[in-house]
Amino acid sequence: MATSRRVGFFQGLKYKGGGPMIAWMLHRITGVGILVIVGLHVISSFAMQQMGSEWATSLNIIYESDLFQILVASFVIFHALNGTRIALLDLWPRFQVYQREALWLQWFILVPILGLTVYFLIQRTLAAGG
Amino acid sequence: MWIFTRISGLGMVLLAIVGVTSALIMGARTQMDLPTLLRWTFFPNPNHVVNSNIPDIELGWQNAFWQTMQMLIFFFAATHAFNGLRIVVEDFTGYSLLRPILRGLVFLLWLFALIVAVYVILAN
Repeated sequence: MATSRRVGFFQGLKYKGGGPMIAWMLHRITGVGILVIVGLHVISSFAMQQMGSEWATSLNIIYESDLFQILVASFVIFHALNGTRIALLDLWPRFQVYQREALWLQWFILVPILGLTVYFLIQRTLAAGG
Repeated sequence: MWIFTRISGLGMVLLAIVGVTSALIMGARTQMDLPTLLRWTFFPNPNHVVNSNIPDIELGWQNAFWQTMQMLIFFFAATHAFNGLRIVVEDFTGYSLLRPILRGLVFLLWLFALIVAVYVILAN
C-alpha cells in the first residue's frame, strides 16, 4: 500500500497511522479548502461589485451565514495551529521525539479557541435577534 | 520550497497577529464580529474592510506601511497556497506528461493572483 497510488479513501482510513496521519489528512483537506474558499470569495466579490451577477450574490449570502463562518474559522484555525506545530518541530528537530505530545497539545489549544469563536458567533447572532 | 513553506506559514501567523492587534488599537474593539476579524486579519485593505463599521479607515490604514503589509501577507499566502496545491496535485497524478502541464497551470494561476492583488492594493 505504501508504494501504490491507487488507495481508496476508506482503505486509507484503515491504515494504522493514528493521530499524526489524521492531522496530515486534515491539513491537506483544510489547505485545499481554504484555497477554494478564498478563491471563490475573490471571484464572487468581483462579480457582485463589478457585474452585479446573481450567482455571486447568492454565493456571498452563503459566505455570510453562521454555519459557513464556523466552517471557515475551524479550517483556518486548524491549518494555522497544525502548520505551526509542523514548522516548529521541523525547525528544531530535537523536539521530534515529543511529536505525539505536541499533537495532543495542539488539540488542547484548538478546542478552546474554536469553542470561544463559535460561542461568541452564536451569542452575537442571538443578541441581534436573528 | 520545503523551508519556504515553513517560514511563510510562521510569517503569516505573525502578520495575522500584527493585523488583529492593530485593528483592535484602531478602534475595532466593540464591533468585531467574525467576518470582520477575518477581513482585518488576512487582508487589511481599506476597500476590503469598508463594511466593517470601523471609524478611522481613511486615517489609519491607507499608507505605505499597510500596503507593504498587504503585499507581504498576500505574497506569502499565495505562494504557500499554490505550492501546496502543486504538491497535492503531484501526489495524485504521478509521473506523466500531465505533470508539467498541471505545474504550468498552477504557476500561471499564481502569477495571475499576484498581479491582481498588486493592482487591488495599489489602486486604493
